[in-house]
Order: sequence, then structure tokens, then C-alpha cells
Amino acid sequence: MSEALLSIQDVAVELPTPRGTLRAVDHVDLSLEAGRTLGIVGESGCGKTMLSRAILQLLPKKAKLSGRVMFAGQDLVRLAPERLRRLRGRDLAVVFQDPMTSLNPVLTIGTQLIETIQEHLELDALAAKRRSIELLTAVGIPAPEQRLAQYPHQCSGGMRQRIAIAIALSCEPKLLIADEPTTALDVTIQAQILDLLAREQRRRHMAMIIITHDLGVVAGRTDEVAVMYAGRVVERAPTPALFKRMHMPYTEALLAAIPKLETAPHTPLPAISGRPPDPTRPVPGCSFAPRCRYAAGRCHQAKPELVAGETAGHVYACFHPIQMAEGVGA
Amino acid sequence: MATLELSLPEEVEQPVRRRRRLGFLFWFAICWIVIVFVLAIFAPILPLQNPVDMDMLERRAWFSSEHWLGTDGLGRDELARLVYGARVSLTVGLCAPMIGLVAGGALGLLAGYFRGRFETLVVGSMDVLLAFPPLIFALAVVAYLGQSIPNLTFILGFLGIPAFMRVSRAATLTLARREFVIAAEALGASHARILLRELLPNVLLPLFAFFLLGVAVTIVVEGSLSFLGLGVPPPMASWGSMIGEGRESLDVTPRLAFLPAVAMFVTVLAFNLVGDTLRAITDPRQGAL
Amino acid sequence: MTQAVAHVPSGEPLLKVDDLVVEYGFGNRTVHAVSGVSLEVARGETLGLVGESGCGKSTLGRAVLQLRRAQSGSVLFDGHDLTAMQGEALRKMRQRVQLIFQDPIASLNPRRRIGDIVAEPLIIAGVKDPAQRKQVVYEVLSAVGLDPDLVVGRLPHEFSGGQCQRICIARALVLNPEFIVCDEPVSALDVSIRAQILNLLEEMKARFGLTLLFIAHDLAVVKAVSDRVAVMYLGRLCEVAPSEQLFARPAHPYTALLLQAIPVPDPDVRPAESVATGEPPSPIAPPSGCRFRTRCPRADQRCSAEMPELREVAPGQFAACHHPLA
Repeated sequence: MSEALLSIQDVAVELPTPRGTLRAVDHVDLSLEAGRTLGIVGESGCGKTMLSRAILQLLPKKAKLSGRVMFAGQDLVRLAPERLRRLRGRDLAVVFQDPMTSLNPVLTIGTQLIETIQEHLELDALAAKRRSIELLTAVGIPAPEQRLAQYPHQCSGGMRQRIAIAIALSCEPKLLIADEPTTALDVTIQAQILDLLAREQRRRHMAMIIITHDLGVVAGRTDEVAVMYAGRVVERAPTPALFKRMHMPYTEALLAAIPKLETAPHTPLPAISGRPPDPTRPVPGCSFAPRCRYAAGRCHQAKPELVAGETAGHVYACFHPIQMAEGVGA
Repeated sequence: MATLELSLPEEVEQPVRRRRRLGFLFWFAICWIVIVFVLAIFAPILPLQNPVDMDMLERRAWFSSEHWLGTDGLGRDELARLVYGARVSLTVGLCAPMIGLVAGGALGLLAGYFRGRFETLVVGSMDVLLAFPPLIFALAVVAYLGQSIPNLTFILGFLGIPAFMRVSRAATLTLARREFVIAAEALGASHARILLRELLPNVLLPLFAFFLLGVAVTIVVEGSLSFLGLGVPPPMASWGSMIGEGRESLDVTPRLAFLPAVAMFVTVLAFNLVGDTLRAITDPRQGAL
Repeated sequence: MTQAVAHVPSGEPLLKVDDLVVEYGFGNRTVHAVSGVSLEVARGETLGLVGESGCGKSTLGRAVLQLRRAQSGSVLFDGHDLTAMQGEALRKMRQRVQLIFQDPIASLNPRRRIGDIVAEPLIIAGVKDPAQRKQVVYEVLSAVGLDPDLVVGRLPHEFSGGQCQRICIARALVLNPEFIVCDEPVSALDVSIRAQILNLLEEMKARFGLTLLFIAHDLAVVKAVSDRVAVMYLGRLCEVAPSEQLFARPAHPYTALLLQAIPVPDPDVRPAESVATGEPPSPIAPPSGCRFRTRCPRADQRCSAEMPELREVAPGQFAACHHPLA
């Protein structure tokens, strides 16, 4: 195994709220090598976005972060703000869910793209402009020269997301974090954007983290998947191994709850009862236990640690793992 | 195969009591407003001296057991004048924004809900009203109808309508597009019902916060008008006219201008504080955490 | 456990939309949101309506309820033309037709208690007796899986999205309607909650004998609940067919594109490199002829000159295409 590009060690994020301290990320360990793709899957409020913010050191001011985020040999948590700022945008880039809010509405696309390029790479205005046009062509935007003079609101949602990707790619980052990059987009556009991300990732040999709530998005497009629930990583495995044999009941239930095209209409969906726990009031045992159909006494008392599964690199946190391919939806 | 979980009732947590720390300043403001109100309401039965009784031998007297806060340039009891002045300031300060609240709020609600030509008409006429110089309007009304508290209230209230209309219309515009309003319409609710049951409770809070601000502003404006001699007719006391009278002896007895100024300052500040705090705590959060 | 029931449209449809056109101004231009849509929904049937954002599916749903007035065309509900109705008659009719929204939190008035919100339809309908209202509200809240005693006195922000959607469903059911338009009822919800709500809708449909128009952008979600599916693109219908048939053998190239774009939760199914299909054109200036032709791999001269009409390409399957897929 080669040296990991990104290594998250024991990261925890706590947020003070009027209802008490909210543990958004609960001691997470993850690592990612250059040129590989990690999918982080979870429902809203599971802490996946907070984790990505922790990597980028873009947490809300009140948040308390502990642990280490090692990126290319440096600990981002302890890095001086000035060096961190230089790192972000250059080696570490991010694409957000809503391209309407992540682009500045009063600046033209050209200004935003060229400024980013000039800030991080030492290029003169003409070279920066040439590079912008190259980038826009690469992300599949027709007539890039005209686009440069336009404002974000003049573009469709899919176009804006392509532009946001172009800005993120502009400085050849080593790691791209895509936080729900296609959730706000239509299904046909979603496929195009995911293909675009995969193509650029291969071409540039960068590492990528795709954060999503949709297991379908990560299935064909990632090397490894981490499933999060209530702030913790509950299962992590190479993508093929995970889909072949899930050990954590939550992952299985999550997959089963997705309506499938193969099933006949009016087939009741195997729903997960209840709802995710209140993150301000942690439960003593496994946080999925109240909704889990395998849960037994021990699950309500002790927190299961991540243990290794049969396949290399497969870890899960469960006392009663699903052993065989007995579930898995169909 | 997992089974349907419909028979299980969705568990609903008991609400967590949010502790509302209001702070010392908020309670101080409330106390002050209550004190001013009690004094103003019960002024006639309190053991105060007559605020218009002159005592030419005791002009600009210093604090004494007889005149707690001394006397003014005509030997009238300063404390009594302050308390009676509060009556005028509060009457005008509360009634005038009330006119704006009711008229402006209703107009804004209707304009924001019905849109179209009615909205254009309302907004247009409010713009005309805003463009008219307020001081000249006040002068004209006072000159024509005479100097009195009802006239003063009417002027200030009328001038406040456009601002209330705007607040109410802006709030209505965003709310009317929300789905719960469409849901009410889809249920077959009448316009009146949608306006009163769905929109009004939501518009009322920003309006009320603005009302408290309006009270503060009106007290100051009433003071300014009285200071200019356009307010209450003498010998009646109001904080503004007291400051105006005190100005003549600023070099000798600065307290005559200073005391009503402090009273006005603290009252206005208290209203603003209460308004801000109330707005902050009564806003229902848009989504549960 | 409910069994899949093959609903065959028979007899007089409960809802019949005929050549409906909805346009509205946008600045000084016109948005052609719905351009000549005709469809029927049989009593007891669920018709799924799918399409991408901006295709006019929500506008169509609202035009059916007369929340947006149509420029032309008619909406016949149980034999009555809703587009011709005004005032009191329309208000009465609305009690038989209900609506469920995408954003459950925004569709509840933040300043009213749940008990009042759910009782509101009864008050509008003229149920004067508070005890009777309370009884109906309690029944319907229990039916959607909420504990009435714990719920009625609380405000909407105290509930999660899934619970708010349950409350919205309760409000829609309280008048015992015959027809419900579900406008993206699960799009704003998490995967695990989504399945609960879909199951709830199915159960309520069986229990209250409902007919549904189920609008969504997710084909798999639509398939899970629909007897027939209508695919909409830029204000026009592309294809209408029984669910199984539509998904097994799509006739319209757009339906095929939609099916191909769905991410499959199976790593062995390598996502096919999507063809460069571009983005939907603006409904302000829709293309001539077939509206899908700008993204269609099969488009030719005829497609730009001539607008395809819906025609039967297989029993029960209708497609508006000059070159339907075999």
C-alpha cells in the first residue's frame, strides 16, 4: 500500500446548540490514496457534511474539532491560517451541492474563474483566460468564450455545476471533495455530472471524495465506500465487497429501502422504522439499535467498535453482523 | 424480508424546554416601561403637585423635599411635569403607531396577497405620501386644525402608514408563496380565511416588532415637534416641550433640559430593547434540528 | 401485505384532462408550462407523472386543482368541468380533491398548532361541532401513524420532515377526499423515511379508496406506487403506459434516456457513459415540432417540422414520437 494522501485520524466535531452539545462527527478514521475515490454515504444529519467541512477546516466558528487531518504530510488542524488558505483551492478543492449559492451572483463566470487561477497559479491575465477557456471546454460547456462574460443566473443548474467543477479543477487539485454534487440536479444531468467528475478524476489522477445520500451514486463510481450513521462510520469497505456482502444492518436496510426498477408496482418497501437519533442526546449503545431488527440486549448497552470483516479492508461496527448475502434487497 | 412498520406509531419526543436567557437588560427595560406606564396612568391620583401651578418665588429651585426634582423656569414642579409629560409622550407614542399598524398593516397584507392593480395603487399612493415633506404636512395640519394631542397623534400616525405598509407587504409577499397558503387555498378556504388565519398570525410578529420601534421613533418625533412648538399646546407638559423650555436656561440650570432628555432616552432605548428581544425569541425555528 | 393489483382503466374516468394549456408571463415573455396535455385517471388508479424540473408536471398538478387557471382545455372531475367553476362551487369541489406538497415543513403554517392545522379543512367544510372535529382529527392522525395526544398541541417546527409529511397526509385525508394530487411528496425526505411515506400512501390509498396523481422526478419511486405512468417533457406528454410495460419496453427515446440515467445501486452495473444529451431547452422558447428533438439521437427533419401526437404503439402504451423504439 502506498502512502495515503489524506488520512483522518480520530476526528470528532462538536457543536454547541441551544438543546445541548451536538456531536456531529464521532471519532472517525478514514484514509484515501492519490487517484482513488471514496464515497461517504449517509442520510441528512449523519455528519457527512460536517466531516467534509472538518477536512477543509471550514467548520462553523463555534464548532470544536479534535483529532488529526493529515493531508500530504501536514496536519491541517494545526496548520497556520495563511498556509491553509493557500492549500485550499490549490491542492484541496471542493464542489458544493447548490451551485447557485457557491458561485458569486454579482461576478461574471470569467472573473470568478480567472481570479481563482491567478490567485493560486502565477499566470498573467491572458494565460489565465486561455486556461479558463480550456477548463470550460473540458467540463463540456459549449461556446466557452461567451460563457466567460455571463453571470451565474444566466446559466442552468447543470451548467452552473459544470462551472463550479471547472473552478475546482482550475489549479489541478490533489483532492476534490464533491459534497452532494448532483442532489439539486435532474437525473439526466446527474448522470452527466457524475461522468464528468469520474473522467476528470482519472485524467488528472486526483483523489476524490463523493458525499451523497444515494447508494446508487457511489455504486459504480467509487473504489471505497464509508457508510455513516449518527456521526460515526458504521461500515467501510471496497465498493464491490460492500455491495456483495453487507455486514451492517443499517447499510442493508438503507439499500433495501430504495425503490428498485425491477420490483413490481405496489410492492411494499422494506422501510426502516423510526428515525435517526437526536444527535444532542447520544444513546449508550449502538445508535442504530432502536431501529435495527437484529438488535439484542447488548446492542443497547455497549457501542460496537469497528472490526474487520472477511474481505481485506472491510470493517463494520456491529455485534450481530449479517453474515451471508441473506438480505440485500432483492 | 422486513415488514411494514405502519402499525407502529411514530415516536414523538417530548419537547425539550429551551431555556430562554433574556438577560438583565431586557428585564431592566421591562421594569422601566412598567414604571413609566404606572406613573403616567396614575398621575392624577399620585401625591404630585399640579404641573401647571407656577410659583414665581421658587424659580429654578434645586432639589428639595417640597420639589423632589426642583422647579422649572416658571417655578412649576419638575417631577410633576415629567410624569405628566410621560402621559403625553406615551399617549402619542402608542396611539400614532397604532394608526400606522392597523392601516398600513391591512393595506400591506391586502396588497401583498392580491397583487395586481390594487398593489400598484397602494404602493404608488404610499410613495406619494412618502415624498411629501413631513414637517410641512405637520405645519399645515396644525395651522388648520389647531394644536392638540389628537391632531398630533393623527399626523404622526398618518405619516407612519407607508413604513408599516412596506413591512407588512414584504412579509406577506414571501409568505403568500409558501406552500401552506396554497394548501389552504386547495382546501377551499376563502380569501378572508387565508388572510386572517394563515397570513395574519405570521405577519403580525414582524409588524409588532416594527411597532415597538415605531413607538420609540414617535416619542422622539413628538419631542422634536414639541421642541419646535408644533406639539402640545402650553402650558401642558411633554418631554419635548420641556427640553425646548429648558434650552433657554441651559447655562444656568442644565438639568431642566437634561432630565426630560434622559427620561426620553431611557424610554426609547427600553422599547427598542424589548422589541428586538421579543422578535428574537418568538420566531419559530423553520426546521427542527 | 398488499398485493400488486393490476388496475385496468375501465368505465368513466374519475379525472379527465383534455388538451390543457397553461401559460404564464415571465417578465415580458411567456412560459409555455403545459401545452396541450390530455390524460385520464380511472377511479382507484394511481397515475404517475414523471419529468425533469421545469417540464410542467407541478404546473399540471396545480392546474388540475385550479390553483393555476388554464388558458384553454378542460379538467373534468367526476363529470364536472372544474375550469368552468367559480367561487362557492369550486370551493365545494375542492373538498373532494386534495393536494400533498414536496416540502412538508413549508406546507404547514409555522404559527398554528397541529390540531388546528388538521382540523382546518373540517372548519372550512362547515363541521360546526368541535367534539366531532376532534374525533375525526384523532382518527386520521392515528391512521397516519402519529399519536394524536402527543401531537395536536405542538407546532410544526417541533417535528421532523417525515413526521410533517405524515401530518400533511392527515390534513389531506381528513375530509375523506376521492382524489389526491401528490406533488413530489417524498423528494425532500431521506431514503429511510421515503420508504415509510411511500408505504403509508399506499396503505391510505387502499384504506380510503383513493385515486392518486403521483408527481415525481424519480422513476423508481413512481414505479413503486403507480399503475400507469405518464412521462412529461417540456410541457407535453411523451409517453403513457402501464408501469411494467413502460419500464420494460420504453417506446419514447426520452423515457429510455431517463431510465438509462438512473444510478443503480450495484457496482457490477457499470454506468453506461452517458451520451452527450445536453440539457432541456427553456420552456420560454420550446423547439418546433417534437420538443425532445434537440436531445434525441433519433431526430430527423420530420421531427423539427411536425409535432408528434400521442398514438398507441402497443396495447395500452401511447407514445408521441415519429420514430418510437421497437
